[in-house]
Amino acid sequence: MIWLGIDTSNSPLAVAIVKDGQVVAEEVTNIKLNHSIGAMPAIERLFERVKMKPADVDAIAVGEGPGSYTGVRIGVTIAKTLAWTLKKPLVGISSLKLLVANAALYNGVVCSIIDARRQNVYAGAYDTQVDLVAVVEDGHYSLQGLLDKLKDLNAPVMFVGHDVELFWEAIQAEIGDNAIRAPYTLDLPSASQLIHLADQQELPAIEAVHSFVPQYRRLAEAEANWLKEQKGQK
Amino acid sequence: MGEFIMENRYILGIESSCDETAASIVKNGCEIVSNVVSSQIESHKRFGGVVPEIASRHHVEQVTMVIEEALAQANMKPEDLDAVAVTEGPGLVGALLIGINAAKAFAFANGLPLVGVHHIAGHIYANTLMQPMEFPLLALVVSGGHTELVLMKDHGSFELIGETRDDAAGEAYDKVARVLNIQYPGGPHIDRMAHESEEAVKFPRVWLEEGSYDFSFSGLKSAVINYKHNAEQRGIEINPLHVAKGFQDSVVEVLTAKTLRAAREFNVKQVIAAGGVSANKGLRKSLEETFNNEGIPFYVPPLKLCTDNAAMIAAAGTFMFASGERSDMAMNGRPGMELVSWND
Repeated sequence: MIWLGIDTSNSPLAVAIVKDGQVVAEEVTNIKLNHSIGAMPAIERLFERVKMKPADVDAIAVGEGPGSYTGVRIGVTIAKTLAWTLKKPLVGISSLKLLVANAALYNGVVCSIIDARRQNVYAGAYDTQVDLVAVVEDGHYSLQGLLDKLKDLNAPVMFVGHDVELFWEAIQAEIGDNAIRAPYTLDLPSASQLIHLADQQELPAIEAVHSFVPQYRRLAEAEANWLKEQKGQK
Repeated sequence: MGEFIMENRYILGIESSCDETAASIVKNGCEIVSNVVSSQIESHKRFGGVVPEIASRHHVEQVTMVIEEALAQANMKPEDLDAVAVTEGPGLVGALLIGINAAKAFAFANGLPLVGVHHIAGHIYANTLMQPMEFPLLALVVSGGHTELVLMKDHGSFELIGETRDDAAGEAYDKVARVLNIQYPGGPHIDRMAHESEEAVKFPRVWLEEGSYDFSFSGLKSAVINYKHNAEQRGIEINPLHVAKGFQDSVVEVLTAKTLRAAREFNVKQVIAAGGVSANKGLRKSLEETFNNEGIPFYVPPLKLCTDNAAMIAAAGTFMFASGERSDMAMNGRPGMELVSWND
């Protein structure tokens, strides 16, 4: 069983090939290179290195968001097109759960944070002791709203993700000693981790590829405003 | 160059620069084998115009289905294709990126060469799907984002001899439609209204300095707005049909006159119109009559090839491919891409 994993849902780029439960090749970069420039060359390079052809792949895993709208779409478009034309199943994994899984060996609640600008974040918190069950559902939160939820847990929370840096002072001020920072070696998404998570799921039907869409966790601004107007008129 | 020997070459075209997700297979750059367009217009109507983020979201939803449908209608498999052509720019960057990344992934998975195509080169090459080009050729490109006169001395050779200095013709149509409270997209409605009226409000013609092939439509748009405001201040009801006809008369007269003058100066063998606004009946009729009288062959593609489509991208891509043009896996969306010759 050969897997290709792709995550471009935020500024890091992660790609990997896993064969029969072994990582064959993996690349992760955090250099703010536009994913449209970087992603396909990275995938091309990966196949060249391991001397495999795209058709050798049995399944594809992709980071489905949330994150940068454009970033998520580039990864999903590439993964979706490859899966469709190669006739292979496609599995989407939350880009928040993906970061949390880096800290799966920690016993307790792990929260991943992705900057959504203007003091808003995409975040999700999972309990590593019970098979990554969501304690705070993946979503778009105000930083304060998220911290209020986490504070209510009255338990230690480990924070993971390269955007944690941006909010660390605020997190500590709110949660105090219950806030634990994961080491920076766990802050970037890993495409082998992505495949590992995808491999634990039942493979969807190949036909489902066409209807695969990103999980933005947020309406487009124009749509949110439009819905507000509709409500106002009623 | 000039004449290509095309041997059963099949190119897949993909287009996603604005609000249509499209895929098409074209044989030898001149014959449409399949042509699929998934329009988002209904979704954008509620916003009164194309919302880039919404457009990008729809493209992701549609892209693989549209490509599959293009292959199915052609009864072909990826291995029957010779190359993949995709719109590289200009356009909405988030929208372009979906077509580009789908094209790259498809080309990579199937071991096919990739060609990035300029959207306007596509519009111009929509004409090769109807009849062969003869050079020198003059193309009037009119759309929501473009108003240009392009001189071609050979395939892949583009010389910009005139362009708009402010609003594109299609943009002016949409803005005037908004002034008249006409639902988006306004262009086709104004065209229809202009045809329903005999009387026209007299609006200025903007010729710019003598000899210039450039265009300007923002003054005309302002004249329409002023006319409406003046009428409102005096409590006079305006007749939207008269305004539509007056506006359209001005746009069509200037576009036709400048195209005619350029066609004479450069002694062209063919004049073509391209782009969304070339679907405008008033403009088509004026250009047809003018060049008929002048004795210069004039062509405009059928309506479905005037609006955004992927057959035109496949057509232009075929000629680029034959000239040895190739793109690589690092292709990016180029929202402000310039029309550059591939054959100098």
